Order: sequence, then C-alpha cells, then structure tokens
Amino acid sequence: MNQIGFPILSLLTFLPLAGVAYLATLRGDEMAVASQARNGALITSLGVLALGIYLWVAFDPSQAGFQFVEALPWLSGLDVQYRMGVDGISLFLILLTAFLTPIAILSSWSITKRVRELMMAFLLLETMTIGMFCALDFVVFYIFFEAVLLPMYLIIGIWGGERRIYAAVKFFIFTLAGSLFMLLALVWLWRNAGTTDIVTLLHTPIAPQAQMWLFAAFLASFGVKAAVWPLHTWLPDAYGEAPIPGTIMLAAVLSKMGAYGFLRFAVPMLPQAAAAAEPLMFTLGVVAVIYISFVALAQTDMKRMIAYSSAAHMGIIIIGIFTFTVEGIEGALFQMLSHGLVIAGLFVCTGILLSRGQTLTLSRLGGLAAKMPAYAALLMLFSLANVGLPGTSGFVGEILVIVGAMKVNFWVALLGAGGMVLGAAYMLMLLRAVLFDKLSRPELGALADLKPREYAMLLPLAAMVLWLGIYPGSFTHMFDASVNAMVQAHIAALTPHTALAMVTK
Amino acid sequence: MLTLIAVFAPLIGAVLAGVARPFIGKQAAIGASVLFMVISAVAGVSSFIAFVQGCVPIAPLHLASWISVGSFSPGWTLRQDTLSLVMVAMVSSVSMLIHVYSMGYMAHDKTVPRFFAYLSLFTFAMLMLVTANNLLQLYFGWEGVGLVSYLLIGYWYERPSANVAAIKAFIVNRVGDLSFAVGIALTYFVFKTISFDGIFAAVAAHTGDQYRLLGTSFPALEVICILLFIGAMGKSAQIFLHTWLADAMEGPTPVSALIHAATMVAAGVFLIARISPLLNAAPAAMDFVTIIGASTALFAGTIGCVQNDIKRIIAYSTCSQLGYMFLAAGLGAYPVAMFHLINHAFFKALLFLAAGSVIHAMSDEQDIRLMGGLARKLPITWLVMLVGALALAGIPPFSGYYSKDAILDAAFGANTAVGMYGWVCGVITAGLTAFYISRLFLLTFHGTSRAPKHVQEHVHESPLVMLVPLVLLAFGALGSGFVLRSSFIGAGFAHFWGASIAIPANGVMSALAHPTAVAEFSPLVASVSGIFVAVIFYILVPSLPAALSQNLGGLYRFVLNKWYFDEVYDVVLVKPALRLAKFAWRFGDEQVIDGVPNGLASLTTDASVQTVKLQTGSIALYAFIMLIGLLAFLSLFLWVR
Repeated sequence: MNQIGFPILSLLTFLPLAGVAYLATLRGDEMAVASQARNGALITSLGVLALGIYLWVAFDPSQAGFQFVEALPWLSGLDVQYRMGVDGISLFLILLTAFLTPIAILSSWSITKRVRELMMAFLLLETMTIGMFCALDFVVFYIFFEAVLLPMYLIIGIWGGERRIYAAVKFFIFTLAGSLFMLLALVWLWRNAGTTDIVTLLHTPIAPQAQMWLFAAFLASFGVKAAVWPLHTWLPDAYGEAPIPGTIMLAAVLSKMGAYGFLRFAVPMLPQAAAAAEPLMFTLGVVAVIYISFVALAQTDMKRMIAYSSAAHMGIIIIGIFTFTVEGIEGALFQMLSHGLVIAGLFVCTGILLSRGQTLTLSRLGGLAAKMPAYAALLMLFSLANVGLPGTSGFVGEILVIVGAMKVNFWVALLGAGGMVLGAAYMLMLLRAVLFDKLSRPELGALADLKPREYAMLLPLAAMVLWLGIYPGSFTHMFDASVNAMVQAHIAALTPHTALAMVTK
Repeated sequence: MLTLIAVFAPLIGAVLAGVARPFIGKQAAIGASVLFMVISAVAGVSSFIAFVQGCVPIAPLHLASWISVGSFSPGWTLRQDTLSLVMVAMVSSVSMLIHVYSMGYMAHDKTVPRFFAYLSLFTFAMLMLVTANNLLQLYFGWEGVGLVSYLLIGYWYERPSANVAAIKAFIVNRVGDLSFAVGIALTYFVFKTISFDGIFAAVAAHTGDQYRLLGTSFPALEVICILLFIGAMGKSAQIFLHTWLADAMEGPTPVSALIHAATMVAAGVFLIARISPLLNAAPAAMDFVTIIGASTALFAGTIGCVQNDIKRIIAYSTCSQLGYMFLAAGLGAYPVAMFHLINHAFFKALLFLAAGSVIHAMSDEQDIRLMGGLARKLPITWLVMLVGALALAGIPPFSGYYSKDAILDAAFGANTAVGMYGWVCGVITAGLTAFYISRLFLLTFHGTSRAPKHVQEHVHESPLVMLVPLVLLAFGALGSGFVLRSSFIGAGFAHFWGASIAIPANGVMSALAHPTAVAEFSPLVASVSGIFVAVIFYILVPSLPAALSQNLGGLYRFVLNKWYFDEVYDVVLVKPALRLAKFAWRFGDEQVIDGVPNGLASLTTDASVQTVKLQTGSIALYAFIMLIGLLAFLSLFLWVR
C-alpha cells in the first residue's frame, strides 16, 4: 500500500466527514446541541491535525516524488482511479489546512445561529480541501476542487454579513465560471494522454500550440481562486461578508488552491506555455502588488483592508512561481504558508473586536493598546509579519521571491518588492487607527483583553509565524527535493538539448 | 563567547521586561532589563579589550542556519573582527548608560517596563546588525532597529504627532530598505552568495561585470553599491531621505540619544565601512557617497542654525555629522569615518541626555527661546553640556576635534574634485556647527531667564541616576579622541583594523600623516569664528539676530522651513498617493473591474427579457436565426480547427 502501512491520506481526508456524520446525529435542545457540535468539531479537527503532524514526521524529504500513494480502481472503464499522494509541495498545504481548521472553529464560538450546521460545513470544507491537496487523479482533484465551493457558499450565504447573498452568489459564479474552463482542459488532457493520472500527465508531452489554450483555461480557473488581478473583485466582497471563520478559511487556505493549481498543473504540465506566459504573469503579479496595495490604502474598514492586503500578497506568490527558479518557487511556497498563518492571525484579531460588539470602521476605533496590551502586541506581530519584517515568516518568503525574481528581471524584483513600502503604509495606518491615539469613543476603554480561548487561537499562530521566520529550514528542507526536481524538469523541457547533458552530469 | 553574551543578554532583558512583566512586577521588569544590559556592556567591552590585547582574528561564531534555499544560505552567525567588536563595545556601553539614565528620566511614566523592553530589544537588534556575517543578517538587525525606532518614536501613542512621526520614520526608512533588499538580491545574483567573506573574496573576479539596466550597461558592482548606499541613506537620514529624523524627536529623549544619535543612525556608516572591499571596486559609487555626505553635512548644518527646539537642533546636527562620516567613507578613509562615528556616539549621546536633563528641569519645555540663565541652577548639566558642545564644535582637545580634523585632512589630501567639494562643504559646516551649538548653549544657559514664572520656580538639577551617566559620557566625549586616535587612524591603523576594513590604494590614509597647513587650520578657524559669531549674536548684541532675520526674510524662512522638503514631498508624493489609492478603489475596482461582471449579469437578465420578445411565432424568423447560428458555428469550427 504505502510505506507506513495504512491509508493515512484517505484517513486525513475523510476523518472530518466522519465528524460530519456524528454531528448529524446530535439531537436535543439547541444550546446543548450547539456546544456538543462545537466540541465535536474541534476534537475532530484536532485529530486531523495530529494525523497531519504524523504525516510530516513520516514524510521522507529526500524523495522528490509522491509518497504515501494510494490507488483504488474506480471508474475503470474510463481509466479513472481514486489516487492519493503527497509530495513536498502539497505536504505543508495539507498541514496548513489541518492547522487552521481548529483555529477557524474556535473563532466561530461567538456565532450562535445554527451552530451544528456551521460546524458541519467547516468539517466538510476541511475534507474537500485536504482531499484536493492529496488528489493524484485529475478527476478526483476536480471533484474536490469544485466541492469546496459548496460549504463555502453556504458559510457566506447563511452566516455572512448584510450583503451576504450578493457576496455568496458572486463568489460562486466567479469560481464556477473559472472552473468550467478547467473542466474543458481536463477533458482535453484526458483525451490526449488517455488517463487522468496526474503523475502520468506530468510526463506526457503536449504540443506547444495546445499548451497555450490549456494554460488560458488554467489561468481562468486558478487565477480566480488565487484572486489574481483583475479576477480579484469577488474577494473583497466574499472576505468582507463572510463570517470571521469563513474569511479565515477563504483567505488562508482557499486562496492557496489557486496557487497550488499553478504549481501542480500549469507550470509542470505546460512548460512552454508557462514560459511564454511569464511576462504576462509578472505583469499581473506586479500590478496586484502595487495596484491592490493602493486600493488597500484607501480602505476604511479593517476587514476589507486586510482582505485587499491578502490579495496584494498573492501577487508576490504568482511572481515567485513564474520565476521558475528554486529560490522563487520555494519563496512562493513559503509565502503561501506564511500568508496563510499571518492572514489567519489578522482575521482572528478582527474577529475578536467583532465578538466584543465593536464596529470595524477604522475611524471609529482607536486607543485599544492601553486597555488591551496583549491583543495589541499580537496584532502588531501579525501586522509586522504581513509587511515582511525579518524574523517573521513574511520576510523569508518575500526575500526569496525577490532573489528569484532578480535572476530573471531587475524591475520585477524592484516593483514586486515595492509592496514592502506600500504594505508598511497601510498596515501602520491600520495599527494606528485600531491601537493608537486617544480612545475615539469612551466605550472602547471598557473592552477586556484576550480570553483563554482567544489566546488558544493566537498564540499557536504567533509561535508558527516566529518559527517560520527564525528557523525556516524546518520547512524549506521538506520541499527542497520536489521543487528542485520541478525546476530541473522545467529547464529540461524548455531546452531538449541540454536535457541530455544534465542527465549525463 | 563574550560576544554571544553581549548580543543575547539584552534580548533576555527585553523578554523579561516585555513579556514577563505581569508575572514579575514592574520594578523587577525594569531591573531585569538594566541588569542584563550591564552584563551585555561588561561582556561587550571585555571582548573588545581581549581582542585588542590578543590581536588574533577570531573566527565567526556560527549559531544556526537561517534560510537555506538553493545556494542562498545566510546563517545566524556572529562575526568577530575589529569593526564588529568596536561597534559591540560602543553600542553596549552607551546603551547601558542610557538604560541607567532612563530609570531616572522615565520614572514618572505609566508604562516604564514597556519602554525598557523596547530599549533592550533595540540593543539586541543593533548588536545583531553589527555582528552580522552576511548581508541578510545585517538586514535583520537593520529592520529590527527600524521597528523599535518606530515603536519608540510612537511610544507616547496618545499624541497624534508621535504617531505621525513614527509612521513617517518607518515608511521613509522602508524606501531605503527596499533599495537595500533589492541590492541584496542583486549581490546574490552577481556573486552567488551573500556572506561577507564570500563576496569580498570574489570582488576581483567580478570587477568587470556589466549589468544591463534602462537599456544601458553599468558596472554591476557600482549598481550594487549604490543600491546598498540608498539603504544607508534612509537609515542615516541623508539628504532626500532625511525628513524623518527631526520628527523622530517626538520620542522620549533617551531614545533620541540612543537610537537617533549614537547607534541606529550610524548603522548606514557602519554598512559602508563593512562593505569597504566591495565599495573600493566601485569608484563612481564612492564619489556618490562623498557628494551625498558632504551635501547633507552642509544642508543639515544650515537648518540647525535657525531651529528653536533644543532637540531638533541636535537632531539636525546628527544629520550633519553623519554626512561628515559618509564624506570620509566615500573617500576611502573608512577608519576616519569609524573614528568619528565612535566619538560622535559619545558626545552626541551626551548632548541629547544633557538636553533631556534641561527639558526635565524645565517641565518639558523644549523651546530654547523660552530658556536662558540655567547655568547657575543646573551646574552639572551646564558643565557636561559644555563638554559635549566643545566636542561637537571641534575644539581641541575634545574628541570631535580629532576626528573632524582628520576627515577634512583626508578630503583635502584626496586631491580630487569630489574631495575638494567635500572639503569646502566640510569647512563651512564646521563653522555652522560651532555657531548653532554655541547658540543652543548660550540661549539655554546664559543671559536672563525667559521662562514663565511657574516653570522657573520648578527648575532643579536632575537626580543622581541621571547625572552619573552624563558625567561618564562627558569623560567619553573628552577622552575618546586622543585615547583612540593612535590605534584608529594613527600609524598602526592597518594593524588595528586588520582585515575588517579594506583601504583603497589611493593613499588617502597616508595624507593624514602629513596634512598641509591650509587643511590643518581652516576647520579650526571656522569653528572658532562660528563660536565668536554666536557670542556676538546672543550675548553682546542680542538685537542682531532679529534684525538679520527681518532683512533676509526669504532666506530665513527657506532655512527655517527646512528647505521645504516636507512640503514638496507632501505635494509630490503623499497626497497623490492617497488620491491614487482612492481612485484605484472607487473607480478602478468598483467601476471598471467590477463593472464587467456586474454588467454581464445585467446583460443576461436584459437578454432574457429580449429573448421572450423574440418568440413571435413567425417560422421565417426562426429559420433565419437558425441559419445565422449555423453559420456562426461553422466559422467558429473552421477557425478553431
């Protein structure tokens, strides 16, 4: 079966589904069901996290290929199998999902409406997301990729803010419209290679003309998910209207699905098209960094400012992926992890204000540092990580992407790094508006500092942010082999003559 | 090992004061911070002394790897050569004195442990910066000190002006840091490494490298050095990126002394000295450094002459003195720049702390027009301020004399147009410096008191805990010049600095040994005349300054308003950026980009309404539409195929 003798990936994927089944059986009065549902969901997600950590420990970083591979015949006539596996690229995205789901569940404690259904939605979301990152068959991938939409759509549409229906529909239509193009690409690839096995697809050459069309299709689907400019406008609405736990999952995990798609499919399967699209992707990335940072600067609402900041950082990730250098791609991967943690931390901080009954309008906040010093310190830490201060996780990814981009083009490196200045501008404005100055309203002075449950959400995130920042080797070490292999394969695909030379070397 | 203790003790102090305060209490938190700082200072100074006596190079101390991706592999490593150890000793001892001083100065503040946590954290970051063994660790310390500077400028966060100044400092510094980061990336691109030893060893091999930019090719090393220097300009508040430093005076005075005078702002000069082997291979960048330094020295000096806030005068003076250091460094006289850096650290920290003592005595008044006659009431402050002022003005035998004189000798001896420009700017600035510091001194301590009555009644000398650091620093300002002179820039300078600084082969250091008479006496003459003018203006004929500012109204206002840099930046950069932000959001995002899908949505709804109308029942019309559709599909098919 695989090296550890039990199907750990399927277990990771479907354990939350078992939790859903358990929640569905809960009966009784509303309060009791709610608290049982919360605890049940939390315990399930912690179980998934424990399994995830086991996966990390058991993972062999020296292998570039897929590990823990599982395969079961499924639609055998169509040569579609249920295949799962992880490599260095997907490993930490699975862990990120497993790490953030309990935090998102904890952050939903203050929601009292239809708690059991909310918890079921979150566990369902976890199943779909982990399944998507594990999938080694394109059809399985597609199913999970699309299925993520359902729980998320419900989370925004039922538990969201005032304009939740508009935001939910916009989110759904944008992502669905994008995915349809991927479906077309999937069918084409299927016809071309005769299988939907991702490993086989990765090694099936595709004619350069066809690659262009396929790349365009991938760009449409993954670009929407990753909120690449100008496909990002669903994002502020969805992030702004979703309840805080939903926003955390959207921003921290779901946006990574798009970037993961580029890394898993668009770049390795379509090397010529990816290389040809490089200038376009750099432009989109740089525009995202600069333009969206400016938009963030103008925001008047804390949640929306962080939402735009999140989209701006996706630009860095896109730039990193399309440098096709080890530094750039590892930087992008690292930035994906860091961004997930940092954005989650920032949204948790936002949620803490909401749960204290406060508005998020920046002009009506202020002076919180005096009464909430621990909150202020943690919000400060996440904000600084967001602007890429060395010693925090944000810096490592950013500098690696800059270094990778410099190998390709000076201006991409300079403009991509320009987010450092603009990011500092809007994050410091946010910090000032929330934490500093005199209290804008007297009732702000009565707010209590963090509670144990809030510490339980923020401290692990803060510890991870510092760990990634100070000793990133524990993480980059795990994806070194996969990324190196990918970069070499890319170079080899572009220059068939040197490919032989590299083999003989 | 001693270096390790010196670097990490302040971090422990910071954590204890910042995080553990709720558990150990306020006094213990402050005590821990100061205690660990004393440990750090003792370790820092003894490691320097041990090094000087032993005179053996110590290998860098590798702690852990940091990033390791491809060949991009900076580690956490403490470098222990002369340059690093000199800085460690200076930073830790000055910081320790300022910690002690702050116990008295900040006694009435509400959140003192937070202040001490920041100060200790700052010291840690600064020590990481000076002991860095690669560009990225240096950058870690660089951004770290920038962060704490931001936190401390905005320490009194209830004041809107402090918040504005803090944000401004961070963002202006970030502009420089952006260039620094890109410079690091380019260094890696060219050298395939960012460790100092690796870079320096490969300089010769890359001297001829070209880098294409803007359609032209430039020598790659020049581009790297200029990018790194722009970073240094931000941190060291050189002209164009200087605007944050004067506003940074919003922070508590010990902060101004430690961060915005003695240590952090000198990091830019340190960086230039650190990359000296690289810079020596980039002559155009060196000229650029000298020109910027000399211009800043003069420019900031003129502003210092007309300011009225005691701290702002000293702040512009810092700007100007840092200009001197760059002036020397750009000529290749790195040891002289470092000599001035160390001297400046002592006398400028002294001046700030003495100013703090004055402000403390004057119930937080900072306007020198409202002071006067304090000499008798604050005798010790008067004395130490006098020492600091004479050192700054460059009067022998105070420390500033030796280093400023050496800088100008080097500029004169360089025998180049750029060197001469530096020399002329430097001599004029020497006069201006003597003038503005005498002005500050005379207006504060002499003449009659112009303060309101209730302030006058409260004037008192500072407590012992503040006076002891002042006196110790005064000894530093008095003695650092002739004590350090022979080893730093004397005959054995090459032996002292060892491999930590590479001197270019242009003979600028040997020019110091035999200065010409013009070079030797001009600065001193300028300084003495500056003092005389100040005495005439503010003691003998007090009506003269007012008359002069009336007659030269335009020039006076230009200088008083700091050459209108802030106003121009506001109009050219800040306001348009905010307008652009609003435009990008309201028009770009909401109208254009969101307009397309929203428009499509309404189009769909409209279309369905129209489609309903199409159902007319006319077979001919249906057939016609089918035909069009068929044609469209066929052409699409042919085109795609």
